[in-house]
Amino acid sequence: MTQARAPASRRRRAPTPHPVSVPRFELTSIRWLDAILRWRPLQFTLIAATLGFFVLAILTSLVGTPVGNRNFGIIFVWIVWWALVISLLVPLAGRLWCAVCPIPAPGEWLQRRAFIAPRPLRTLGKRWPNRLKNIWIQNFAFLGVAVFSAIILTRPAVTGLVLLAFVLLAIGLSLVYERRIFCRYFCPVGGFIGLYSMIAPLELRVKDPEVCRRHKTKECYLGSENGFGCPWLVFPGSLKRNAYCGLCTECLKTCSMNNVALNLRPPGLDLLVSKERGLDEAYKAFIMSTCALLYSAILLGPWGALKDAANMEDWRTWVVYAIGFIAMNLAVVPGLFYAATWLSRRWARLSHAPTRQLFIDFAYALVPLGLMAWIAFSLSFVLVNISYALPVLSDPFGWGWNLLGTRDFPWTPYFPARIPYLQVPILIVGLIFGLYITWRIANEHASAPEQALRSVVPIAALLLVVTFGFLGLYLG
Amino acid sequence: MKASTLVLILATTLAIGAAVLPWPGERATPTQRVIHVNARQFAFDPPRLHVNRGDQVTLVLHATDVVHGLYLDGYDVNLKAVPGISAQATFVADRAGKFRYRCSVSCGSLHPFMIGELVVGPNTLLWRAIALTTIAATGALAFLYTRSREVAR
Ligand code: SF4
Ligand code: SF4
Ligand SMILES: [Cu+2]
Repeated sequence: MTQARAPASRRRRAPTPHPVSVPRFELTSIRWLDAILRWRPLQFTLIAATLGFFVLAILTSLVGTPVGNRNFGIIFVWIVWWALVISLLVPLAGRLWCAVCPIPAPGEWLQRRAFIAPRPLRTLGKRWPNRLKNIWIQNFAFLGVAVFSAIILTRPAVTGLVLLAFVLLAIGLSLVYERRIFCRYFCPVGGFIGLYSMIAPLELRVKDPEVCRRHKTKECYLGSENGFGCPWLVFPGSLKRNAYCGLCTECLKTCSMNNVALNLRPPGLDLLVSKERGLDEAYKAFIMSTCALLYSAILLGPWGALKDAANMEDWRTWVVYAIGFIAMNLAVVPGLFYAATWLSRRWARLSHAPTRQLFIDFAYALVPLGLMAWIAFSLSFVLVNISYALPVLSDPFGWGWNLLGTRDFPWTPYFPARIPYLQVPILIVGLIFGLYITWRIANEHASAPEQALRSVVPIAALLLVVTFGFLGLYLG
Repeated sequence: MKASTLVLILATTLAIGAAVLPWPGERATPTQRVIHVNARQFAFDPPRLHVNRGDQVTLVLHATDVVHGLYLDGYDVNLKAVPGISAQATFVADRAGKFRYRCSVSCGSLHPFMIGELVVGPNTLLWRAIALTTIAATGALAFLYTRSREVAR
């Protein structure tokens, strides 16, 4: 019904032990929490707050000072918000950011012609083409933002225009298509949140899938007088992974069978759901890991020529840089991974599993390491630059205001020499977590521990080399 | 004792060893050095400096285009140079490892990423981290393997 993805990539062989048997704690069994989540104005209230910040960020970016570290937009989007999302919200709560994100809000309110009360949607109601029901657009959108990152991160006006473009695109899409097409298929931020949200120990799931199967009216998907049908085009009844559920809690409000729950569970389970894996998601994992590595070299490294190229000092060098950047993401890293998969298949004699299938499956082992690498990377510039947040709170436009009296707070890097002592354990945790996932995936295909071990070794070696790469950039 | 438990104990012991035991690596006799660093938008030249632990280092910062700064992580050094007027500071490099130096004066768009590196050798922190990571990875695999053999039996 939903989650229609490229059929070829969904085929699979060995059955995965369904991770449903693991212990879970149902958060919605806490009365007051359940009441808050079901309170209709909740979403609007939260989004109204983030929208306020967002509008301020766009305004300050567009008309405020062009000096990045004096501009509210740059500091609050790329340091405060980024640190919050990648180091706290995603690892702990998955897509929780999407629940409060202001970007789709104007389009959604137009579609609904309402802020709170459920009403029939008003759009052209076109259906999204089947061919595009995957995250390739999102992958390319992320890459597109990534090659320009040095420009976007440091020029307030460019940041402002990019944010504005996101909102306009989201509005345009919601006028033509049903529901949140922008979130589901376009948003570059949603791409990485979705991938890494599979690790989070928080999930929205139905309590009993059997109840859903027998329930004919399916309000969670179609909507009812209690709420809208799933804005993310997901059918909660068959939801097994966090990747595409925006935690908007509409289904919690609509389901008349009281069958939807928010759970705490062991982290990373979704990476073991073999049925919904696909090449598009595998590439998301490659792109994200590669970008973490490249950013660590370009932005945090000492190489001036690389910074000049990324900063478009001269467009010819930039073209070479961009080609190199994209080739690393789409060809070199996936190529190395493919080679490791090929070795693994040969050495472990996994001839019953197609290489392509193994390639896709094993790519999910990069997800924990990738997330931890992003956190390690972010620490390097967040702790050093977070003190800029105080002056811009007092003087968001950089016009010399001093609203809170903090305008002249000096740049203060916080214990920069200690950061490596945090980065090493973070990377090691990511690596061990990644190896565990590799092991579990290997066991989907291998029939004995020896065979599993053989198939794991080439992938493990590659993960280890990648980790060494990060260690070299941070400590070497 | 079960093999998997043994693996766990062994790997943990090795990891703790790699993290805290004295690390081989000869210590050169301390010298005095004077190092000139040129700052331009948005790079330092040279971008990487190598000294030995115990060296007395004098950093001289020259700005070649606009005003730049040099803040050295972990050491109490923060210089500011105006084109034509250099700035300098002397310190003893008594801690090993890699320390970034960053521009501390807003000098343009990429200012927050204007970074150089001072490596105070021998860089044992890097080698400890590599050893630790390798032990952790091998230990994890050995543990998973022995565990699944025990379960299979
Ligand atoms: S409305 Fe509730 S019971 Fe019915 S299909 Fe949806 S989640 Fe399941
Ligand atoms: S309606 Fe339910 S399944 Fe759909 S995005 Fe919202 S919380 Fe997730
Ligand atoms: Cu500078």
